[in-house]
Amino acid sequence: MRKRRITLAKVAAAFGYAFLYLPLVIVVVYSFNDSRLNAEWVGFTLNWYRTLFADDDMLVAARNSLVIGLCASAVSTVLGTMAGFAMHRWKTRVLPILVLTPIAIPEILVGVSLLIFFVLLNFTLGLVSVAIAHIAFCIGFVAIVVRARMAGMDESLTEAARDCGATPWQAFRYVTLPLIMPGVIAGALMAFTLSIDDFVITFFTAGAGTVTLPLQIYSMIKIAVTPEVNAVSTLLMLLTLLLIVIASRLSPSLLRSQESTP
Amino acid sequence: MPLLELRQVTRRFGDFTAVDHVDLAIDAGEFFTLLGPSGCGKTTLLRMIAGFEQPDEGQVLLDGVDLADSPPEARPVRTVFQSYALFPHMSVEGNVAFPLQMAKTPAREIPKRVAEALEDVRLTGFGRRYPHELSGGQRQRVAIARALVTHPTMLLLDEPLAALDAKLREEMQIELINLQKQAGITFVYVTHDQTEALALSHRIAVMNRGNVEQVDEPSKVYRFPKSRFVADFIGQCNLFSGTVAARDGGIVSIAVDALGTVRVATPSTIAPGTRASIALRPEQIRIGASQGDTASDNRFRGTVSDLLYMGDVTVYRVRTDGGAEVEALLANSQTGRAKFFEPGDAVEMDWPAAAGHFIED
Repeated sequence: MRKRRITLAKVAAAFGYAFLYLPLVIVVVYSFNDSRLNAEWVGFTLNWYRTLFADDDMLVAARNSLVIGLCASAVSTVLGTMAGFAMHRWKTRVLPILVLTPIAIPEILVGVSLLIFFVLLNFTLGLVSVAIAHIAFCIGFVAIVVRARMAGMDESLTEAARDCGATPWQAFRYVTLPLIMPGVIAGALMAFTLSIDDFVITFFTAGAGTVTLPLQIYSMIKIAVTPEVNAVSTLLMLLTLLLIVIASRLSPSLLRSQESTP
Repeated sequence: MPLLELRQVTRRFGDFTAVDHVDLAIDAGEFFTLLGPSGCGKTTLLRMIAGFEQPDEGQVLLDGVDLADSPPEARPVRTVFQSYALFPHMSVEGNVAFPLQMAKTPAREIPKRVAEALEDVRLTGFGRRYPHELSGGQRQRVAIARALVTHPTMLLLDEPLAALDAKLREEMQIELINLQKQAGITFVYVTHDQTEALALSHRIAVMNRGNVEQVDEPSKVYRFPKSRFVADFIGQCNLFSGTVAARDGGIVSIAVDALGTVRVATPSTIAPGTRASIALRPEQIRIGASQGDTASDNRFRGTVSDLLYMGDVTVYRVRTDGGAEVEALLANSQTGRAKFFEPGDAVEMDWPAAAGHFIED
């Protein structure tokens, strides 16, 4: 009886994972396919990657995505760390709601409201507005990671630092920050991946002339899913995967249930 | 003038009063202990001296200066935390150097000062290690070195030995006494362990429910407890409660339920009819099969109901003929004998009036 249940669970899991990952695998495989059509396997080629790196629109979009991703992750890391610290230090009820709600709000709502907000302020849509929008939705994610890291920290360490003559800022700079650093870095990497593959919010806040990688891919598949799209998707996937692995290594509590402190 | 003075210091957490109008004066060079059960307010009091808590009422004065506006970093006191609170990302050297760096000590002086501090706690050669590579006792020493390196005027120790095993704790106690003498720094020590308090302190403040019940030398606290709580909390103690029956030339007779009349020497001028207690240490009681017919102020017969063999001494619990339980202690020092009585043996106990200590309820 028990054996049968395990096999059933395994089959169900296999289907689940297949559903999640098979489409991705297909995209990766076809990015190396020596054919214009995503229909049958013809032969191995790196041609689509070559065309990709010769495509000016694509390169501009990639550059935009990188610039926005770096800015958004840098700023949201600073703000998110502050928010996480504040949530840990002052255990108010309002603060977590304020910081974390944007995570739960549907992206399309955030996108629309940000668009209206920028228009009301007469703010020119472009790289800057996209970066600001990304910062806004990344803060909450960084704050969660940082707060989780702080929760595992011995409370008396900050007091010990103060006791040793450190001002509140010095205590943070020399004791708290180094100890929560893995969380901060993990938060930054998360923010970067979220920013680089965001479509919905970017779509609303980018305006007419500005294109990021996801927007570029979208505009390309409106015509057809070309192997070039497969290639750029594969690269994007690889980058995201890499960052997630690094982030989870730095902050094991992110992906594992057990809390671990050095 | 005392080095540290607490005046009517009060701290409340919601409805709970953790420290209730406490007055204390601690002199320079003293080893002063705050002793009490958990929740008595001793740690809160220590945290107010360190500056981590602010008193709701009253003043904390150091050298006559009110500390109300000084944050922890501005106070010349250092804390040794119960958890040691060593910075895990810094080496032993880094930990000990931290207070010096914060105090803007010239960089070339720091290594020398760190080395001295580590030598004081016998940790020379451990500077490059990290806290997680050290044993509990070694971490403890690092915490003390870090606290002493800037030569503070006062060291606050919050149950620093609680996490160590019994043998190591005894060693550290002796080291703490020596360190305190050597450094000449005032120690304010918090513990719930009465033997530790008795062994280490110059003076002890016994705390209960946010109040200081008694401040005295260890021997006085032990021998002349001011309240039933102090008598009961410090060491083993028989507490006899009853009504004062008579007072005659420095001897008060108290009618104790289930026991009978107990006489105790006291200068008190208490009126007959008042409730009062007698604290009697188990080691003050003479216990024997028969004490003969010599006159005694207090003599009771009973049966051994229980015994606790502790190696050096044995504690006998005796049920008197009237039904009262009395604990008597006998040293197992007589050669050739392991113990004296077995449960069920009939015994006689007696003690002079001067052995007990009179407590007004």
